[in-house]
Amino acid sequence: MRVALVVGLVAAVPWMQASAQTPDPTAAEFDKFREIMEQDNPAELFEVKGEELWRARRGPKNASLEQCDLGLGPGVVKGAYVQLPRYFADVDRVMDAEARIVHCMITLQGFKYEELAKQPFSSLVRTPDPVSIVTYVAAQSRGMKLAAPQNHPKERDTYETGKAIFHYRAGAFDFSCASCHGADDKRIRTQPLPNFTKPEQAVRAVQGWPGYRMTGGVMHSLQWRMNDCFRQQRFPEPGYASETLSALLAYLTVNANGHVYRGPGIKR
Amino acid sequence: MKFASVIALVSAALLLLSCATPTRDYTPDALAMMKRDFHAKGSAGMDRLNEDTVQAACNKYQDNPPQEIAAKLEKEQFATIQWPADGKLLGDWKAGERIAQNGRGMAWNDKGGVGGSCYNCHQIGPRESSFGTVGTSLYQFGKKRGYGAEIQRYAYGKIYNAKAYNLCSQMPRFGHVKALTEQQMKDLTALLMDPASPVNQ
Repeated sequence: MRVALVVGLVAAVPWMQASAQTPDPTAAEFDKFREIMEQDNPAELFEVKGEELWRARRGPKNASLEQCDLGLGPGVVKGAYVQLPRYFADVDRVMDAEARIVHCMITLQGFKYEELAKQPFSSLVRTPDPVSIVTYVAAQSRGMKLAAPQNHPKERDTYETGKAIFHYRAGAFDFSCASCHGADDKRIRTQPLPNFTKPEQAVRAVQGWPGYRMTGGVMHSLQWRMNDCFRQQRFPEPGYASETLSALLAYLTVNANGHVYRGPGIKR
Repeated sequence: MKFASVIALVSAALLLLSCATPTRDYTPDALAMMKRDFHAKGSAGMDRLNEDTVQAACNKYQDNPPQEIAAKLEKEQFATIQWPADGKLLGDWKAGERIAQNGRGMAWNDKGGVGGSCYNCHQIGPRESSFGTVGTSLYQFGKKRGYGAEIQRYAYGKIYNAKAYNLCSQMPRFGHVKALTEQQMKDLTALLMDPASPVNQ
């Protein structure tokens, strides 16, 4: 048995190696700035707005979201965000936080997907309700460890599908997600690129989201971030709250599992 | 003891297997899911989700195809390069610098022939400190390699179709997909190869 243990450990070593990303001076400066900014994070305004929206009776069915099951039972918000994406039997698929909130807005409140998907991202004049709500939900997991489950067979399948999406090269520029996020110590212009295939760096795909983005001064969720990556990847547009994005987010979050989530943040 | 060591070996093999290989290739699942979930937007049609032969080989072999496959496909890609009819490869390096700076092109709201996004990934001219590091440094490209016709041809060809030289290069095929015009590629070649270009100072 000792041989098995040793061989097992040797096989696991490449997975356990911590990344040694060289500290980038620009990134280090921004991190300091972010630390100060996060003490008075504008994201908190959206957190408060999101909580109001969660509790208010709204939509054609005049219902609140308080019976929404985010995975830990109807109405349980605390700790739900760090355990998403996860499998939901009622829809027989894996959903990320915002996809689940959209699902609840449709089933409980009677909103239409087409309406929610029409303009799903924030602008200077408008922050869509799901963005505020997901900010509220995320804030209720502040300080908790990321623990996206891999128990259900569909959760494991979805992780592998997300991984394949991450590595799939196509489109006008032959890019995949991994073109920018598959190697250590790379930059686009001066922007450092985390290597999401490694656990130590994958947390940077989750940390700070939903985030108040100083470029443009708006609140954005991971749905927006994934959408904008595909734009820059020169792919067509992924559907809002679609399975593709849940799968990609499952891949990224599971890779980051075990790290402490610091709550909604600030982004450049 | 013997029994124990057999069990140890079997479990070691199982452990290795489970660590080294995911259960199967999920690329078909991924593609089917994306085809369900994506829609065309602006200049980006749904056809962009389909692999061409180069992308298929790089996806299949995780960017590390067997030598004979790579060589064959690189040769095919090289044959697609359309060299300028006038035989001149050097345009205006000043225009080239503007094209290298411009990061737009081929995304939803862009048309073809906008910019080359070169600084996104490469160090090029000495005055631009905001450059990426996904690609190699091109500073002093001509000065280091010489200004001869072969190097000019290499620079133009690489911009036109990087996959003709390194099948799974991360660099786009700017001429092949018509992201840049012939004149723009000449201007970029001049940026790298003109002895008067700041790149070669």
